[in-house]
Amino acid sequence: MTTKLEDILKAGSLEEILGTALPYPKEIELKGKITKDVVKELSKIKNEPEWMLRHRLKSLELFEKLPMPRWIVGIEELDLENLVLYSKPEVGEVRGWDDLPESIRRIYERLSIPEIEKKFLSGLTAVFDSESVYSNLKREFEEKGIIMLPMEEAVRKYPDLVKKYFGKIFPAGEHKFSALHHALWSGGVFVYVPKNVKITFPIEAFFVIGSAMEGQFEHTLLVADENSYIHFIEGCSAPMYKGFSFHDGMVEIYAHKNAIVKFTTIQNWSRNVINFNNKRAIVEENAYVEWIEGSIGSKITYTYPSSVLKGEGARTTQYVVSLSNGPYLKDTGAKTFHLAPNTSSKIVSKSISANGGINIYRGLVRVIKGAKNSTSTVSCDSLILDEKSKAYTYPHNQSDEPSANLIHEATTGKLSQDKLFYLSSRGIREEEAKSLIVLGFISEILEGLPFEYVEVLKRVIELEFSEVGGVG
Amino acid sequence: MVMYMLIIENLKVKVEDKDILKRVNLKVGDGELHVIMGPNGSGKSTLALTIAGHPKYNIVEGRMIFEGEDITSLKPEERAKRGIFISFQHPVEIEGVKILLFLQRVLKNLKGIDEVKAYELIFGAIKELGIDESMLQRQLNVGFSGGERKKLEMLQAYLVKPKLLILDEPDSGVDVDSLKVIAGIINRLHKKGTSILLITHYGRILEYLKPQVVHVIKEGKLVASGGIELVNLIEERGFSALEEVVS
Ligand SMILES: Nc1ncnc2c1ncn2[C@@H]1O[C@H](COP(=O)(O)OP(=O)(O)O)[C@@H](O)[C@H]1O
Ligand SMILES: [Mg+2]
Repeated sequence: MTTKLEDILKAGSLEEILGTALPYPKEIELKGKITKDVVKELSKIKNEPEWMLRHRLKSLELFEKLPMPRWIVGIEELDLENLVLYSKPEVGEVRGWDDLPESIRRIYERLSIPEIEKKFLSGLTAVFDSESVYSNLKREFEEKGIIMLPMEEAVRKYPDLVKKYFGKIFPAGEHKFSALHHALWSGGVFVYVPKNVKITFPIEAFFVIGSAMEGQFEHTLLVADENSYIHFIEGCSAPMYKGFSFHDGMVEIYAHKNAIVKFTTIQNWSRNVINFNNKRAIVEENAYVEWIEGSIGSKITYTYPSSVLKGEGARTTQYVVSLSNGPYLKDTGAKTFHLAPNTSSKIVSKSISANGGINIYRGLVRVIKGAKNSTSTVSCDSLILDEKSKAYTYPHNQSDEPSANLIHEATTGKLSQDKLFYLSSRGIREEEAKSLIVLGFISEILEGLPFEYVEVLKRVIELEFSEVGGVG
Repeated sequence: MVMYMLIIENLKVKVEDKDILKRVNLKVGDGELHVIMGPNGSGKSTLALTIAGHPKYNIVEGRMIFEGEDITSLKPEERAKRGIFISFQHPVEIEGVKILLFLQRVLKNLKGIDEVKAYELIFGAIKELGIDESMLQRQLNVGFSGGERKKLEMLQAYLVKPKLLILDEPDSGVDVDSLKVIAGIINRLHKKGTSILLITHYGRILEYLKPQVVHVIKEGKLVASGGIELVNLIEERGFSALEEVVS
């Protein structure tokens, strides 16, 4: 018997795995103009406490006031007023995968999510459209006091804990899309790791947008108490459909003193998704936050994971890997704020542009006065595989602290005819040569991932450059 | 009848509208070692790269027959699979690609050898040839000295054991010790039956080898073919001496 994981490894393309979108039953849909009434309705459906409704309404006001960011392109393709703003698939009470409707379960199964869960995760939350449809934390971890719940449930069950952090790390008023997110957020996961608890295996959240013209606004909040450890993995996928969908998700992380948080995203949306991410971590004294932001799919992606190094000795590493293979745009980067002495940051960006793809790196490293002896190294490597493709780098460093040390390096590599010829003279065809070179280019980042994910990622990249794959 | 490994007929090659090779004819018999000598810019690398199938070199006339089959329009990887191996004069750096993994791929693609078996072969060859093991963890030619690059080319050739080995100046930019190692590998392959086309500018390496035929190329034409005595003539009197031989 072959396992699902093997199916994925053998499949010809992402489309072959996920296929085209199939109809599935929906219980509720909210669409049309984004008004107070829509927000109130949403809050009512979710049976939310008053404070959350107020938070949403305040965010809506901000959304209406804030200007459209000037650096946004591609949003014109997207008619915000015509999106389904909230979509609840028809799902009863779910205790296990078998309780999900066949059409929805199949999507997760084809991506081998249940199998991965069984084998190497501590817990998993699956979000479909606007709702968490499955959430399970293995018992041994529950017993240690770890909380992992769909965000809505956490709002109801742990209001004080949630209130303390929700929207405090990435406030609504930051820009138009963070305001929109806070007004309409739905789905996502809340994780709390108690003091001194170390979760050995990763926790994963997997997001699927099931149909076109939908907005997904999931909210993930992760609180790591003092001296704890967690590795959180986020995966995103969507089948192909006509028309666009919009993703405007948010991740807030709070790493308390001495905590270690690793947050890995492997985004492989279909090329119908316009993907907007809001990700920020606050890092306390001697804590460490590591972002791995891997963007493979989507039509357009905007994502800049940020770390606020708030406590003395706080550290962060931000790995940003972006692949634009085909007429797609990735506008990615990382932001770090050094607010205390002896903080350190490392940003490694690797972008790959092929077949007309465009990558833009935007980075910010800000060191305030008094953040003595802080250090930051930024390296941006761009790999351009052909003449049609492009990469741009816009790093920005700003330091008001004379004792801080900031280093920036950037390289651009082109895949020349001579390199391709060298490999082909060794029997390695062009497609294989490209995936070999791309995998080599990002090997430093792959080394930090669990083996199983590396295998799947390698296969995804091989598919991107094979003749059959490469969603074009 | 002699069995020819490679026959080159009337080969005319252009690069970017410039005529480089002008009607080259050459026959390499099965298991023979041929040497091609000639001054800088005479078209030696062009000939080597054209046989291997570099897309930049346009064949405007003539053809190439390998083991009786016309390979003139075959893709480079197809030529490699049939048993043609080129050791480059200037092997390129390919960042990110680890040598061990690369060699495993090469053996899989060219010889159908699986990873595990390849691993054994690679470590065996490294020991046998006295190459430093740590090289396997490095990236392909990245930061390599000229000598290291040439040795890696030879290691690949040794692992692949091609039918036809084209060596483009394996002796330039290497010290005497490396030169001996490289010549040793060439001799071993030759003994095992590999046909060899050796391009050299200096002739230094010929102290260690016994070629059957020596050709001289000038301005894109083979102007003389003969025995090892041609090498001595060039060493003593330079390429200009050939004007007299030819006329
Ligand atoms: N890739 C190339 N692009 C442009 N000109 C080339 C290229 N390769 C070779 N040539 C030209 O062809 C001629 C022969 O070069 P080459 O074959 O490299 O000579 P050799 O190897 O004998 O030194 C030279 O004039 C050189 O400038
Ligand atoms: Mg040359």
